[in-house]
Amino acid sequence: MGPAVNRQSQAAVLFLLGAALLHAGTTDLYLRYVKAGLRPLLLASGAILIVTALATAWYEHRRTKTKREQEQQEQQEREQQQELQTADAGAPAAPEHTAPEHTAPEHTAPGHAHPEPRVSWLLILPLLALILVAPPALGSYSATRTGTALQEPLAYPAPPATDPLPLSVVDYAGRAVYDHGRTLAGREVRLTGFVALDHDGTPYLVRMALNCCAADAQPVKVGLTGDIPPVLQPDTWLTITGTYTPRTVHDPVNDGPIPFIEVTTATPTTTPRDPYDESWNN
Amino acid sequence: MAITRAASHEEGARRDRPQVPPAPSAPPAPSAPLAPPDEPRRLTSPLVLTMLLLLMVLLQSPIRRALSAPVMQSWTTVFVAVVVQALPFLVLGVLLSAAIAVYVPPSFFARALPSRPGLAVPVAGVAGALLPGCECASVPVAGALVRRGVTPAAALAFLLSAPAINPIVLTATAVAFPRNPEMVLARFVASLLVACAMGWLWQRLGRTDWLRLPAHAPHEGETKGAAFWDSVRHDVMHAGGFLVLGAMAAATLKAVAPESWLRTAAENPAVAVLTLAVLAVVLSICSEADAFVAASLTQFSLTARLAFLVVGPMIDLKLFAMQAGTFGRGFALRFAPATFALAIVSAVLTGWVLL
Repeated sequence: MGPAVNRQSQAAVLFLLGAALLHAGTTDLYLRYVKAGLRPLLLASGAILIVTALATAWYEHRRTKTKREQEQQEQQEREQQQELQTADAGAPAAPEHTAPEHTAPEHTAPGHAHPEPRVSWLLILPLLALILVAPPALGSYSATRTGTALQEPLAYPAPPATDPLPLSVVDYAGRAVYDHGRTLAGREVRLTGFVALDHDGTPYLVRMALNCCAADAQPVKVGLTGDIPPVLQPDTWLTITGTYTPRTVHDPVNDGPIPFIEVTTATPTTTPRDPYDESWNN
Repeated sequence: MAITRAASHEEGARRDRPQVPPAPSAPPAPSAPLAPPDEPRRLTSPLVLTMLLLLMVLLQSPIRRALSAPVMQSWTTVFVAVVVQALPFLVLGVLLSAAIAVYVPPSFFARALPSRPGLAVPVAGVAGALLPGCECASVPVAGALVRRGVTPAAALAFLLSAPAINPIVLTATAVAFPRNPEMVLARFVASLLVACAMGWLWQRLGRTDWLRLPAHAPHEGETKGAAFWDSVRHDVMHAGGFLVLGAMAAATLKAVAPESWLRTAAENPAVAVLTLAVLAVVLSICSEADAFVAASLTQFSLTARLAFLVVGPMIDLKLFAMQAGTFGRGFALRFAPATFALAIVSAVLTGWVLL
């Protein structure tokens, strides 16, 4: 698609790409796509891309300038040669093949005759997706298509005495399934996640757990029972309080265990700063 | 659309014409889209870029509407995520490769590596442990090594081993499999085996004319700084384009293919190994994260998951596209299937002994 990418365009694409990375890294936008720990690398690579763009533009500018000077010089030399030749007809005509290579500004120095292939144009796509579209973090669509990724926790540290007890969806699910709620007995817990509805309408509170980037994000689901709101829209973020219930079902996608929670209150909330659960990174 | 079609038409027409060098006094970067017919001139890329960006900004809301369907939204998120996640590592690899290409003299590698290629392969394979990054970084570095006169067999062993056996990846594997520490050893051994085997295989059967490295040498008469930044620019544009291609493939699979297929596949041990090997290729997950994904595929045997961990960093859609871009398509078409087969064999053997 399109003509091959010349250097000015490459500098522009690199600059915009670097700026997009810096934009994503300085706002919370990057948290929709990658783990929080990647931020320094993101900022550094954005800065390097911008430096590369500036260096490309600068060297390109210098190259055309020196080329023009060279051409002028060669022109002068040729004129001098011609004067010499006309003066002394017996001298060998040496610099016959100097001119033709140094012509078109885009194809000047040897080895520069190949602009980047057309596949480089594709770099515009992530740029546009990041700046213009800025897609949201993975939500109920991915959550219902992927089986719960709950893994057995290594230990069950005693939870703090706050009431209600704030827990992550992953933490609650691990304690409920593998510890049979022993550390949760008699406690009111508070969870935050988004709503996903199963094929048969079972409502889940879900948090996508992430290791590196959204491509490896996997849901951890907790079934909702008890006093749930009559209408639940998928992808709405809820903060619920509730108590442990021994009921578990198997995820229809991968047979993984899904614990339930007996809901007492459910209030809509805004999307948290980091929409993913990154506890597996620590 | 109209712009690109017109452009490719012009491009084709340009190729048919004999190469006429323009007049020496031609001004740089002509900006007129329609040149007079007597002076052939193509649509310039800065112009196309500007028009494309303007068009996208104008069509912003229809594009957003078209992408608001859940499947498209999920596709876009995964696509952006793969690119954003890989770009820092690509930039790191590109900087390293440019530094090798410009500042490290070829004589260094001649001294550092054994002169016998058969011995250089395992040394280069083990040296892969020194590159802390994922596979996006190793492709440009391996390309720079070949250009610097390192025997291709050794450079390829490095290319395959670096993303799999570096300390970061092995630590991630240990964290992901807290109950199976033998997975770390198995991954190290199996990956190093494949890397060396592929290096030796290349040395016996490989032909240099399969390798098509783009002309890329630092130019005479240029300062080292100019050559360095030129190399960075070239590699980011080149490998970056292919990275985007691979990210699109991975996003498509993630957004479209149902996971229930996996359950039926896990039941037969041989099918399980093959399934996870193919999955590793298609998912194109970064080697620093793939251990966590493998750990979550609990319905599969440890050997099948080892195959996932050995195949993934060596060959996947994104890597294939990047290898084709760096070493040429003829190379990638031969190298990728051989790597895939050897990686499966090595994973099964190692899994049989160690797991």
